[in-house]
Amino acid sequence: MYAFNYHRPETLEAASAALAAAADGQVLAGGQTLIPTLKQRLANPSDVIDLGGIAGLGGVRREGDAIVVGAMTRHAEVASSAEVRNAIPALAALADCIGDPQVRNAGTIGGSIANADPAADYPAAVVGLGATVRTGRRTIAGDDFFTGLFETALEEGEIVLSVSFPVPRRAAYAKFPNPASRYAVVGVMVAETASGVRVAVTGAGGHAFRVGAMESALGASFTPEAIRDVAVSPDGLNEDIHASAEYRAHLVGVMARRAVAAAAGG
Amino acid sequence: MPVDISLNVNGKAVSAQVEDRTLLVELLRENLRLTGTHVGCDTSQCGACVVHVDGRSVKACTMLARQAQGAAVTTIEGLAEDGKLHPMQEAFRENHGLQCGFCTPGMVMSALDLVARNPDPSGAEVREWLEGNLCRCTGYHNIVKSILAGANAMRGGS
Amino acid sequence: MAENGIGAAVPRTEDHRFLTGTGDYTDDTNLPHQTYAAFVRSTHPHATFTLDTSAAAAAPGVVAVLTGADFAADGKGSLICGWAVTGKDGEPHKAPPHPVLAADTVRHVGDAMAIVVAESARAARDAAEQVEVDYSPLPAVASMREALADGAPQIHAEAPGNLCYDWEIGDRAATDEAFARAHHVTRLDLVNNRLIPNAMEPRAAIGDYNPASGNYTLRLTSQNPHVHRLVLAAFVQIAPEHKLHVIAPDVGGGFGSKIFIYQEETAVLWAAGRIGRPVKWTADRSESFVADAHGRDHESHVELALDADGRFLGLRVSTLANMGAYLSTFASCVPSYLYGTLMQGQYTTGAIYCEVKAVFTNTTPVDALRGAGRPEATYVVERIVDRAAHETGIDPAELRRRNFIPSDAFPYPTQVALEYDSGNYALALDRALELADYAGFDARRAEAGARGKLRGIGLSAYIEACGIAPSQVVGSLGAGVGLWESGGIRFNPTGNVLVYTGSHSHGQGHETTFAQLVSDYLGVPFENVEVVHGDTEKTPFGMGTYGSRSLAVGGSALVKAMDKVIAKGRKIAAFSLEASEEDVEFSGGDFTVAGTDKRMNIAEVAFSAYVPHNYPLDELEPGLEETGFYDPANFTFPAGTHVCEVEVDPETGVTEIVNWVAVDDFGNVINPMIVEGQVHGGVAHGIGQALLEGCTYDAGGQLLTGSFMDYTMPRADDLPDMTVDTTCTPCPHNPLGVKGCGEAGAIAAPAAVMNAVTHALGTSAIDMPATPQAVWRALGSQSQARA
Repeated sequence: MYAFNYHRPETLEAASAALAAAADGQVLAGGQTLIPTLKQRLANPSDVIDLGGIAGLGGVRREGDAIVVGAMTRHAEVASSAEVRNAIPALAALADCIGDPQVRNAGTIGGSIANADPAADYPAAVVGLGATVRTGRRTIAGDDFFTGLFETALEEGEIVLSVSFPVPRRAAYAKFPNPASRYAVVGVMVAETASGVRVAVTGAGGHAFRVGAMESALGASFTPEAIRDVAVSPDGLNEDIHASAEYRAHLVGVMARRAVAAAAGG
Repeated sequence: MPVDISLNVNGKAVSAQVEDRTLLVELLRENLRLTGTHVGCDTSQCGACVVHVDGRSVKACTMLARQAQGAAVTTIEGLAEDGKLHPMQEAFRENHGLQCGFCTPGMVMSALDLVARNPDPSGAEVREWLEGNLCRCTGYHNIVKSILAGANAMRGGS
Repeated sequence: MAENGIGAAVPRTEDHRFLTGTGDYTDDTNLPHQTYAAFVRSTHPHATFTLDTSAAAAAPGVVAVLTGADFAADGKGSLICGWAVTGKDGEPHKAPPHPVLAADTVRHVGDAMAIVVAESARAARDAAEQVEVDYSPLPAVASMREALADGAPQIHAEAPGNLCYDWEIGDRAATDEAFARAHHVTRLDLVNNRLIPNAMEPRAAIGDYNPASGNYTLRLTSQNPHVHRLVLAAFVQIAPEHKLHVIAPDVGGGFGSKIFIYQEETAVLWAAGRIGRPVKWTADRSESFVADAHGRDHESHVELALDADGRFLGLRVSTLANMGAYLSTFASCVPSYLYGTLMQGQYTTGAIYCEVKAVFTNTTPVDALRGAGRPEATYVVERIVDRAAHETGIDPAELRRRNFIPSDAFPYPTQVALEYDSGNYALALDRALELADYAGFDARRAEAGARGKLRGIGLSAYIEACGIAPSQVVGSLGAGVGLWESGGIRFNPTGNVLVYTGSHSHGQGHETTFAQLVSDYLGVPFENVEVVHGDTEKTPFGMGTYGSRSLAVGGSALVKAMDKVIAKGRKIAAFSLEASEEDVEFSGGDFTVAGTDKRMNIAEVAFSAYVPHNYPLDELEPGLEETGFYDPANFTFPAGTHVCEVEVDPETGVTEIVNWVAVDDFGNVINPMIVEGQVHGGVAHGIGQALLEGCTYDAGGQLLTGSFMDYTMPRADDLPDMTVDTTCTPCPHNPLGVKGCGEAGAIAAPAAVMNAVTHALGTSAIDMPATPQAVWRALGSQSQARA
C-alpha cells in the first residue's frame, strides 16, 4: 500500500471539503474493494476520506412505495432487514450472495455502486428494480447511473447518500458466480413492476444492462417459457478465462429463466 | 506520520501508534504481537485474518487500523478463559477440525459469527457460510463437523 | 488397545496452541534489529535486463539493495536439482544454472533480480518499486509443444530445443508385440493440468548472522530443514553446515511446495551475512503464485491393448512434462521415477512402455506437489481403463476386477522397475462399491434425469509408491541423496521422554502420532512424551517429510532407536535386579525377570541410568538415549478404490459431487482420526484439480491465474461430505506394518471425478479442470455432433 492521508470526517460537508482539498482524494465506504486495490498498489490516492464517521448514512427505511437503503448500509444489514425481506425479498437475497459473510459485514451499497464493478451484484438491483440514486447534489435514475466499466454518472466529488428501490409486484435475482472470486459471471434481476417488467443483467457486459426483448416477452407472459427463445447476442459481452462471451450470453438466458421461475413461484 | 489510536482488544483497552496505511491485521500482529490472526492472501479471500469488530466477523486485512479507532475487537487469543478452551475451540480439537492450524483462527472466529446468527445451522449452511474461509489441509469435512458440534455445545447440548 | 496407544483416535497435542493463536509460524517471529526484504521480480517471461538501483538505495529506510552481480561477486553458487535423470541416449538431464538472483536474463514472470533490505516491510516494498529495470524482451514460450517446435525461443543455451530429457521405462518391443495381438485398443489424449500449491501459510524466511561466532541461522517454512541446510551449505555455499542452523517451526501446510530450496530464503540468508542484521521476508500471496514451484502439467497420449476377454495386454504412454524455466530441487524425478514406475496400476498388464519428454518453458518452475508423479500416473491408468470399459461394454468395476493383481501374487514384480509388497485390491473395490451403493446407481441416475440432471459414477483404483526412501533403489535411479530417516529417543532422569525425528510436521500431527507410537512401544504415559522436530541443532540429520514417508520411514527409525533403548534398559535392569540379561523381559513399560516377581519400570531404569553410582562402568555406560537410522528395503504401496458420484446441470455446466467413498489400504494405522483427516484433505486437493484449479498462462508466458480472484481454490461448499473406510494388508518390510496416507486422496481423486463426469456427459472429450464452461462446451460439441 502506498502512503496516503486518512480522514474521518463527521459530516458530509466536511467529507466534501476534504475531498475537494485533496490532490487525488478517494472516498472509503466499506473498503472491501478499495482496500484490496490499495494493498496491491493498483491505486495511489493522496487522501482517503472515510465516510464511516458520518451519522445517518446507514440504515433501511420504508418511504411510501419504496425501500430506501442508506449508502453506508452493509450488505449483511440489507440481507437480514425485515423491511427488505418483506417488501423486496429479491433484494435481500441478492445482498446475501455478495462476496462472503465477512465482506457482507463490511461492504456497503454506496461503495458497491460507486465502484461500479461490472461483476458486482448490486447494479443488477439498481437497474432491474428501477431504483433511484440520491447523492449530495441530485437524484439519478438507476437506468442512467452506470455508464461504463467502473464508470458512473457521479461527478467529481459527488457522494452517494442512498438508493431508493420501488417495491415491485414480484422479483427475483439469479446469479452464476465466478467459481474463484464469487463475483457474478452473470447475474440477472427480473422484476415485475407497476410500469412493466424489467430484466437487468450484471457481470456479462461493461456495466449492468437491460434486455428489452425479454422484458417485452415477459410483459406478455411472465413465464420462463416466454423467454426461452429470446437469444442474447454475445457481441460485446465480457470474456475471461472463466467464461467466453458465448457462454455468458447462454447464461443470461438460463439465469433469466431461473429468476422468472423463482419470482413467479414466490 | 504515525498517529495514536486507541481501541479495545480482547476486553483490554489498548493504544498504539500506526501509519494511516496500517491495516488492522498489522496493528494486531506487529504492534500488539497478537500473532494468532494470520495473513494468507492479499486479495481478501482466504479468511485466515478473520476477527470480530464490534461483534461482527470481518477480515482484518481489509480494514485500516484507523477505522478501528474506538472499536471492540476480539481475536482468537480472546476466546479461551482461564486456560479453558471455548466450546467452539474444543469442538475443533475433538473433531480434528484443523491440521496445519494456519486457517484455524479465522475458521473459529467465522464460525462464532455464524452461530451468533444461527445457533443451529445445518451442514449445508455451515458450508455456505465458510465461503470466505479457505483451508488446504482438511477438505473442510472435519471443519463442518467441528462447527456443528461447537454450535451444539454452545446451545448447551452434549 | 491402550487409551492413547497405537490404533486410538487421540485428539492432537498440537491443537491447543493452534486453537488459541499461540502457534509459532515463521512470520510470527521478529528478531532484535531485524530488517525486512522485498524482491524485485521480473514482469517479463523472458528478457535480458540491466538494473539501476541508485534511487532505491537512497530511498528512506533502505539498508541495502543487492543484485545478482553482488551475489556472484561473493562467489556463491546456484540452486540445484538433486536428482539426475538419465535419458534414452544415456546422457544426464540438462540442468542449466538456476541463479539465486538473475544477473542478466530473466526466464519467467516472478524471477527474482534483486533483494531490497530496509527498516520496515513497507519501506522495502516502496524502495523495490524504485529499482529501475531496463528490459530487452526476448521471445518467450509457455506451451510445451511450442517450446519443442523448430525455431522456438531457446530458454537455456545448455538445453538445445528446450529439452531437459527424453526418458523411457518399460519394454518397448514387448509392448509393441502386445498391441500387435490386441483384440481392442483404446486411445486417449489427456491433460494433467498445472496446479499452484497454495499452502495457506505463504513461504517466509528470517536469516540471521552472528559476526562474533560466524554462525548463520535460518528460520523458514521448510518441510526438511536438514536438506535446506545441506544444499545451502554444500552447493550454494552460504556457510558450511556446522555454521548454519536451520529451524522450521510451525509450518502452515506444505504439500511439497516447502521441500524446495528457493531463491528467496537463499538470498535472505546471504543478505543477513552481508549486512550483519537479521533479514525477514514473508511472501505475499501474489508472490506465492509466481514464486512457489507449481505442480503437474503433463500432456499424454495413452493406449491400452486388450484381449477378447478384456484383459490388459499392453499399455503405451507418451508424455510431455513441463519443467518450467529452471529445474527445481526435485523436479526431474517427478515425471520420471515417480510417474513411469506406477504405470502398472493395480493390474497384471503384460507389457508397459512409457516415455517422457521434460520440457523447459518460460513459466514458474514445476516440482513435486502432493502425490508428485503418482497422481499423474493414476490419472493415466484409471482414465484409460475406464474408457476401455465403456468402449468394450464391460462394467468398469468388473473390468478392473478382471485385471487386478490377485491377492496371493505378492510380492509382485511390475513391468516398470518396482516390486509391490502387499495388497488386496478386490477387497477394497468390493467394500467401496458396497458403501457407494454401486448397484443402485441406475435408479439414482433415472431419478436425477427426471429432475433434468445428468448423473455419473466414476471409480479410481489407485496405487502409489510411498514411504519414499530405499536409498539403494533411489540411488540407482539417480537420486543425489539417501532417503533414510532418523529418530532419537532420550529418556530424562525423571522418566519422561524426548523424541527427536528427522521428519517434519506441517499439519500431519506427528507430535501426536509419534507420541502414541512411543508411548505404546515403551509403555510410557502419552503425556510424558514430547516430540521434537524441525531444528537442525536439536534433531539428528534427517530427510524431512514428503512422499507419505514420515511414519513408514521416520516412525520405523524411532522403532530402531526404541529397540536400542530397550536393549540398553535390559542391561541396566539385569544389573539392578541382579539377574542375567537373557532372563530380562520387557513388556508394557516393565522389565521383569522371568520366573520371578522382580520388576523394574522403564522410568526407574532411566533414573538409574542417570544416577549410576554403583555401575560397573566398563560394562555399562550411564545414560539412556539412543538414535536409530532406518532405510527400508522397499517403497510402501498404499492402494485402494475411490468412488465419486456427480450430478451435472446441463444448462449451466455445473458439476456437483453428490457422493464420495474412499476405501484405502494404508496397512496398520496408528491414529485413525488423523488418517481420515489426511484422506479428506487429499481428496479435496484432487477434486480441486479435477473441477476447479487450473493454472493458466497466456501464449506469451504471463500468468492469467495470479490470485485467488482467478485461481479457484476448493471451498467448503464445493466439496461433499466423504465416507472414508480402510482395509489392511500390513506392509511386510517395515516394523510398524504401515504404508502412509498423506497423498492417497490427491492421487485417487482426479480420475474418480473425471470418470464420473465423463460418464455423466457421455463423452470423454473434456480435460481437467472440468469447469462449468468446459462441461457446457463438451455438452455443446456433443449435441452438435449428434445433430
